[in-house]
Amino acid sequence: MYAQMVDTGTKRLKTLEEMSPEERDFQEKIDAETKIEAKNWMPEGYRKTLVRQISQHAHSEIVGMLPEGNWVTRAPTLKRKLQLMAKIQDEAGHGLYLYSAMETLGADRDEEIQKLHDGKAKYSSIFNYPTLNWADMGAVGWLVDGAAIVNQVVLQRTSYGPYSRAMVRICKEESFHQRQGYQILLDMMREGTQEQKDMVQDAINRLWWPALMMFGPHDDESPNSQQSMVWKIKRKSNDELRQMFIDQTVPQLEFLGCTAPDPDLKWNEETGHYDFGEINWKEFYDVLKGNGPCNRERIGTRRKAIDEGAWVRDAAVAYAAKKQQRDAA
Amino acid sequence: MTQQQALQEYLLRLADSDIILGQRLSELVGKAPALEEELASTNVALDLIGQARNWYEYAAELINDGRDADNLVFLRDAHEYRNLLMVEQPNEDYAVTIARQFFFDVWHYFTLKALVNASDERIATIAAKAVKEATYHLRRSSEWVKRMGDGTEESHRRMQDAFDILWRFTGELITPDEVDHAMFKAGIGPDPEQLKQDWLGMVREVAAQATVTPGAEDAWMYMGGKRGEHTEHLGHLLAVMQFLPRAYPDATTW
Repeated sequence: MYAQMVDTGTKRLKTLEEMSPEERDFQEKIDAETKIEAKNWMPEGYRKTLVRQISQHAHSEIVGMLPEGNWVTRAPTLKRKLQLMAKIQDEAGHGLYLYSAMETLGADRDEEIQKLHDGKAKYSSIFNYPTLNWADMGAVGWLVDGAAIVNQVVLQRTSYGPYSRAMVRICKEESFHQRQGYQILLDMMREGTQEQKDMVQDAINRLWWPALMMFGPHDDESPNSQQSMVWKIKRKSNDELRQMFIDQTVPQLEFLGCTAPDPDLKWNEETGHYDFGEINWKEFYDVLKGNGPCNRERIGTRRKAIDEGAWVRDAAVAYAAKKQQRDAA
Repeated sequence: MTQQQALQEYLLRLADSDIILGQRLSELVGKAPALEEELASTNVALDLIGQARNWYEYAAELINDGRDADNLVFLRDAHEYRNLLMVEQPNEDYAVTIARQFFFDVWHYFTLKALVNASDERIATIAAKAVKEATYHLRRSSEWVKRMGDGTEESHRRMQDAFDILWRFTGELITPDEVDHAMFKAGIGPDPEQLKQDWLGMVREVAAQATVTPGAEDAWMYMGGKRGEHTEHLGHLLAVMQFLPRAYPDATTW
């Protein structure tokens, strides 16, 4: 997942009659479920929206390494240390893969990363929350990767070919991460001490609502969704996805023997879905604006890594140039 | 020291150096100077911790006092650790991180290459897999030493500084003690004299290509890791790494 509130730059939808022949041809391809490839003509709005969405997604993978990196040095067993490190490495790989998909649209990785560091590009709000105990490593895998999968499974059918193929690969790895995360929690709940069980419930209490916020605002507050749906960049609405996530997650929560911090959460026989309470939208928009618990730290850490690594990258470029010269001589 | 004791010591040295360097690299997760480097650096860390696990499991069997690999990692204090001082040195500048890796990798590669032919079958099997990984580690770190040494003026200065800072910890890599000699005699470890020549030869060769000057062979050397006398850095590293098992001693599963 990891893309919230992507601006499409359109005020209202065009009808087929209003479209230019190229636009019409493009929309008909989309309607026929033909994938759009990098070499195909596409409306500028479609291209820009995709660049925004894919870069947001890539940034989220990269920033998302940090809350887990916070515990990688403190993983309590060799097995957990190896697992967590491999998971974070997968995220770096996803980031790389997504930036490549984005570059097929003519965008530049370094420029987009600069926008992130300047606070001009978004990433998923979830990564602005702190990871405060070891069970967070389980809860992040289960809830955060879980929410991401719900969105990304649908995105495997997104209209842009390179993005869709990236999603297929990423989904496989995310599912693995999610099971691993859940297992961490399950092991602690089944065989852990009371202190460990408390850690699990505490992690769920803190991450439950932020995980639900990952799906973005309500559909009626999401003005760009409609255009994205017509272009089949998005395939399901925020509220639909959120409901899917809740429906699949609550039984897992119960199986753990834990509770959600939501007194309104209950099964609704009539609708066949779980009802749940209202998200604290003020908090959601605050975090999006930069006022979450860790926004400054996350961006600060990323900026520092790239700024302080500049001389390393410069060295590599300078050495390659010298080597080329020597080889040519 | 019996043969058995020497073997246990030797296995702990291999395991401890792997885990401590892996831990140092894990501190850099999410903070590498480029995304490609993030993947490469984590790969090395994963290999090292994986190797450590194999050595610890064997060591635990031989020690046979009820402790398992995790106990050995998470419940021993600094003076019980047998890693090389080199690997516990902090990350600081990325040139130091790379130079540390390079000095270690050269030692690691030649050591594992010898261990592949160890008379102890278990060791030979672990080393056979590990040497493949170490070959890649060495290729990567030597390339970076060259890129930095012969890159820009700034990167050259940083790599030369890194060599100067870390040189005093290289002696321990190639100065054999009782355990090293015993392992060589038992047909397990490398010939100490050969290891020294191989290490010096490769370090000098790569340094020359990188246009950096290695320290003198007779420079003062800081040693002690192999017998449990460490620099101040190790205690802090362990405090972080061992936090959970120490804070929750009743927890038997994680």
